[in-house]
Amino acid sequence: MEPKEFKSITERRKEVLATLENFGLRIYEQMEKGFFPFIEMPSRSTENIYYDPRFRQFILGDKKVRRSTRNIRHLKPFAQLVWTALFSYELTSQRKTSTLRDVYYSAQAYEMTFKDQQESNNIITDLETILGFSREDFNIFPEERSAVFGDLTIRYTVPGYEGKTLNLTSHPDGVMIGPALTSAEFVETTADKVIAIEKGGLFTRFIEENVHKKFNALLVLTAGQAPRATRHFIRRLNRELGLPVYIFTDGDPWGMHIAMVIISGSANAAHLRDLTTPDAKWSGVWATDIVKYKLPTDPLDEIDMKRLYELQKDPRYKEDPLWQREIKTFMKIKRKAEQEAFSRYGLTYIVDEYLPAKLEETK
Amino acid sequence: MAQITFEEISASDFFYRNRDIAGFTNPTRAIFAAIRELVENSLDAAESIKVPPDIYVRLSFEGEASQETQIYKLRVEDNGCGIPPRHIPSAFGQVLYGSKYKLKQQRGTFGLGGKMAILYGQITTHQPATIISSTSPSSKIYMYKLMIDIQRNRPIILDRKVFLNKEGWRGTVVEFSLEGDYLRAMPKILEYFKQTAMVNPYANITFVDPKGRLYKFVRATTIMPDPPKETLPHPYGVDVELLQRLIQITPYNNMLEFLKNHFHRVGEITANKFLEFSGISPSKNPKKLSHEEIVKLMQMLKKFKEFLPPDASCLSPLGEELLKTGVLKELKPEFVAVHQRKPATYAGHPFIVEVAIAYGGEIPQRGGFVIYRFANRIPLLYDEASDVSVKVINAVNWRRYKVSPDMPIAIVVHICSTKVPYKTVGKEFIADRPEVRREIANGLREVARQLQRFLTRREHVDRERKRLGVFGKYLPKIAEFSTKLAGREKPPDIEKLLRSVRRFGAEGV
Repeated sequence: MEPKEFKSITERRKEVLATLENFGLRIYEQMEKGFFPFIEMPSRSTENIYYDPRFRQFILGDKKVRRSTRNIRHLKPFAQLVWTALFSYELTSQRKTSTLRDVYYSAQAYEMTFKDQQESNNIITDLETILGFSREDFNIFPEERSAVFGDLTIRYTVPGYEGKTLNLTSHPDGVMIGPALTSAEFVETTADKVIAIEKGGLFTRFIEENVHKKFNALLVLTAGQAPRATRHFIRRLNRELGLPVYIFTDGDPWGMHIAMVIISGSANAAHLRDLTTPDAKWSGVWATDIVKYKLPTDPLDEIDMKRLYELQKDPRYKEDPLWQREIKTFMKIKRKAEQEAFSRYGLTYIVDEYLPAKLEETK
Repeated sequence: MAQITFEEISASDFFYRNRDIAGFTNPTRAIFAAIRELVENSLDAAESIKVPPDIYVRLSFEGEASQETQIYKLRVEDNGCGIPPRHIPSAFGQVLYGSKYKLKQQRGTFGLGGKMAILYGQITTHQPATIISSTSPSSKIYMYKLMIDIQRNRPIILDRKVFLNKEGWRGTVVEFSLEGDYLRAMPKILEYFKQTAMVNPYANITFVDPKGRLYKFVRATTIMPDPPKETLPHPYGVDVELLQRLIQITPYNNMLEFLKNHFHRVGEITANKFLEFSGISPSKNPKKLSHEEIVKLMQMLKKFKEFLPPDASCLSPLGEELLKTGVLKELKPEFVAVHQRKPATYAGHPFIVEVAIAYGGEIPQRGGFVIYRFANRIPLLYDEASDVSVKVINAVNWRRYKVSPDMPIAIVVHICSTKVPYKTVGKEFIADRPEVRREIANGLREVARQLQRFLTRREHVDRERKRLGVFGKYLPKIAEFSTKLAGREKPPDIEKLLRSVRRFGAEGV
């Protein structure tokens, strides 16, 4: 947490820039030698995505795809890819950030039209796959936002704020996990754990009830499925600060999967590393909690049940017997409960009773 | 007992009473028909002396006739053969007088087109017609003002003047007044001129309409088709009336000579074979044939299988080159294919079918083919749906030729014959005869194949151009972006790459 760490963010940026430059040079040289430039990258098709128990995440197999400018169908995507690399290079070197939507529109200034947002997103994913960096490294951020609150002091590296520090308790609504926070260095913290929460309502309740003080925790709002920037941020809290991570979601297959994606990542990001926190724990709401705490419930509908069957077969859910037990319990009781369901025992019950019990249980 | 009176009516009177037959049905049709008949006479007059026609038509407003019709003055000038002065009164003042009763391809065949127009003008306006003409070489120009005595079918000469032909002018001017409805007739009249210009690409046609608007159709060539030759009637095509006329005029007094000299493609051998076949003595005097024998003769002529088919020297098709010139000139297409069929016959009448298919350019895209029909170089503008050409066009499987009706396509079908098989006396559409149908269908298939080849080649060229366009667009961009990304000054040389793209199968680009 000393200046050494501060440097690492800068180093990483240098590394990103060098990689982009190299990528450009490779194509430049191919053309200079009179070849049609081409690139190779791992295939992202489903048959080339494998679960790797060592990394405890999905990875891409050995299958490669080749994009050659000799092939007329590859020409346009190829040009889009090189443009995106150039755009990323300019963003990163000028330390400006952009959104996926921005990329889609900026291209038009270069007469490089993307058919739609989906097409430009795909090209960005291609660039991630080829270079092994995620788009956040290129300063391209998605629109989604989540937040963090608690006693952690960070130091900004974004232009205009370089060196400035901020304590993440300074705003009662929490601090948005955006480009500035993602690229900030961690300075110091008194917290000894991270609690990730799916829903904004509960996040606010936890702050109001001083959960961060009572449990000595940093609170992270995932706002539904955690964005990649947030997953990377949680990983950093876990890796750089050595804090254990506890995840609280709704008691249904979807909430369960929010936790899983933070822990083991998604198939969509199989080409990327550094987005998972394999040691994080799903602390609730479990199916067995629904039974144990006699929570008010809704029935699982057809789509919920279908999702459970899918998850049952998912390799990520075979790592820990906990998952299979909870899936079976959901299937048996055919009920689901939201985090707010604890309010039937009073507004503070979840903080006073449930939370300490679960933290202890999943320690 | 009531008295029944029989009266003989003159030819003029007959057509006066039945003017629908000649196309003068109503004021709209009448003005169209009048222009058309005179223009066609003028075209024939110029072609007969192998001179590229120069025709000037002026229609001027004279006054209101009724709420819907007006009086117009029609003037048609040509540079044709002119009419010898002694024939002028009869040629214009006597119905069914004329030169069009021999067997060769002619534009009109009633021999009353121009006269009918003048007759119609007279009965609607009671004005005389003015005819000015000079033949070549002649030092005089003759002018006649005349009317038609309808009951007696005789010209009445009101005035006659002779001028000195100082400038060596040759041709005919016809001017008369008639009642009509130009506004309604206008679209058809303009279409008529356009299509006439299409099948007469060697003619200059000028039209000044009542509002003073000038329409000019300029010739694209001075080459003219060979004029038709006159021929004798073919044995398969004769009827009793014709036989009787031939018998009346023949100088020969035996059947062998009669057959040899009055029929098309009948020589000594064929004549003898036929006489044997029909059991008629070669030495029999044709003038001695009884009425029953004449009927039998006609039936035997039709039954005999060994007459040679008529030859086509009596026909004057436009020819592939001229048809192409005409279509290019008036339709301005991107592509045209033309085809002339070999001569064929139906019921003893020779005919030739010429077809053209034109694509793109200024041809409108309107969800169906634009169809132009011609018979003996006359545009047929009415009753399209009933015409055999349209039936054949609809029956062709166009998809086989990569052609669909929503493409900008025009189809031209021209039939020339000594006797065009019109379905009705109005002469606006052609009957569905199997022989004619087959010729049109085969002609269409030929030009459709040519169009298909063109479309396939163009598609290939388009694809190739598009392909090169993609390379031409994106390779420089890739070069530009990677140069910037690599931090280089000078972009890589991609000319070699672009050249190699062009080398890979870019023929025709």
